[in-house]
Amino acid sequence: MTRFLALRVGRALLTLFLCVSGVFIALRAAGDPADIMLSMDTPPDVREYYRDLWGLNQPLWEQYLRYLFSVVRGDFGLSFADERPAFTAVVEALPKTALLGFSALFLALVIGLPLGILAAIRHNSVIDRLAMASAVFGYAIPVFFLGILLILLFALKLRVLPSAGSDSLVHLILPTVTLGLPLAGRLARFARTATLEVLGKPFIRAARGRGVLPLAVILRHALPNASVPLLMFLGIEIGNILAGAAVTETIFAWPGLGRLVVDAVATRDLPVVQACIVTVTLIMVVSNLLVDVLHILIDPRLGGFRGAQGAHA
Amino acid sequence: MSALEPASRLAAPAPRRRASFPMSPLVALSAGFLVLVVFVAIFADWLAPVHYTTQNLLARMRPPMSEAGDMLHVLGTDHLGRDILSRLIYATRSSILIAVMGTLIGAVFGTLLGFLAARFRGLIDQAIMMLVDAQAAVPALILALTLLAFFGNNIVLFIVLVSLDGWEKYTRLARGLVVSEQASDYINAVEALGARSARVIFRHLLPNIVASLVVQATLNFPATILLETSLSFLGLGVQPPGTSLGLMLGEGRRYLLNAWWIAVFPGVAIFLTTLSMSLFGDWLRDRLDPTLRRR
Repeated sequence: MTRFLALRVGRALLTLFLCVSGVFIALRAAGDPADIMLSMDTPPDVREYYRDLWGLNQPLWEQYLRYLFSVVRGDFGLSFADERPAFTAVVEALPKTALLGFSALFLALVIGLPLGILAAIRHNSVIDRLAMASAVFGYAIPVFFLGILLILLFALKLRVLPSAGSDSLVHLILPTVTLGLPLAGRLARFARTATLEVLGKPFIRAARGRGVLPLAVILRHALPNASVPLLMFLGIEIGNILAGAAVTETIFAWPGLGRLVVDAVATRDLPVVQACIVTVTLIMVVSNLLVDVLHILIDPRLGGFRGAQGAHA
Repeated sequence: MSALEPASRLAAPAPRRRASFPMSPLVALSAGFLVLVVFVAIFADWLAPVHYTTQNLLARMRPPMSEAGDMLHVLGTDHLGRDILSRLIYATRSSILIAVMGTLIGAVFGTLLGFLAARFRGLIDQAIMMLVDAQAAVPALILALTLLAFFGNNIVLFIVLVSLDGWEKYTRLARGLVVSEQASDYINAVEALGARSARVIFRHLLPNIVASLVVQATLNFPATILLETSLSFLGLGVQPPGTSLGLMLGEGRRYLLNAWWIAVFPGVAIFLTTLSMSLFGDWLRDRLDPTLRRR
């Protein structure tokens, strides 16, 4: 298990390294960084000054090493927009995105999980149909269109909820629903399949045969065994949440990481863009690592913690 | 049929209809809608009442079914007095075209990488799978945004970026399928007869896994459309004077209060397209490739 973890950490570091190197290569492939970062009418002597400052006159491998070291220190240069360190802008935006992401995830869990499990228990019932329909909806609805429909209905027609800003928790409602509702649909479908699969296993039939109460079969035997695939699903969805946040935050003027990256791309604020992509990769890598660790902990076959023994039939 | 036809062919039973997966009305409706979308995309020039850039500043933000001059605007007009229906038709064309090209590029490129990984294993396999893992670790939208910032926007780059969503899925799928097919007797037999790698791949392996790849492409298509429309919605994809469903929605966002129809019609078009595609894709998967069932 220690070896497994070490392997996973190694892969995570490798992925991060690949991403950072990829950014370096892409930026150099895009042309002379001085041309991209400085405006067209920069005087030659000023340009030369910046070339020196950014180390662009040194050999490529030395630039690469300098770049790697500065990234490790969290130094991506100054934002063109407001002269702050780019990484500071990211760090300031991060809590807002975390708040939005976790509340959307919470909404999805509260709606999607019970819906999916109920659908599996009452296979082919009305609830089942409802769960499947909401899942199809969750895969097909564009986040930006859902956001605009919600603004039309709740902010412009009914005038009950604000459509932009982040001053209070009321401002959180519409972005959370926009980001969380499609996720709930996808989660319901996944939870349904995972539960259905477990319910077909022999140990469930055995538990039923022993006369274990139906509710206890679900809670004690089915759900713990369905939790591993669900965990994997959440690991995959983190990327969708981050990508969805970019769109949602832009629609609702929510000052998080997503809006930061969209604004930075629109103004070609390259230091901020770099800081954002490296941060996003870091979040993805760390959360996937966390999923792996949790997997070991809840699956007793992997030798995690012993409290779950009863769950495994 | 001529009398010289081999007897075995004549005696062969009629191909059995796979009656176990009949098209439900919903799937039939989806397929019909998709046909309509493709039809609109191909014949946009004939179908649109006026050109999508034709402005009529005297008839700005007219609601649906309003007349202006001698022309009826069935879906209304936008902030420059352009006919929404005409714009919708052309936007459908460019969105579908970009998504189809993105899907093709991603599928071909991803599948080839999967073949390479499976045929040559070793270091090539390791390197390709490392790339696949790295791609899976960065959301396609964020990666596409970053590259747009670096390289600036142009339509060729944009189409390539749209293909970023999902290429790694084809690679994984193709690699897995080829690895398992390679162990089978018919491949061993072909190789024992001295067939080269390229022949084995394209004559023997590809035909046997193409159904799975087509299903994967169908299932992935909605995500590709959503990537294109999201980027265009953010103003970072298709640029005016071009148009796309996402760009129309993004433009309409500013006029929601007074003219909801500018944003809502393209939104509905995107939603119905992705919805039909996923319903149709699910049906196709169940029919062609039951092993691929989404969990």
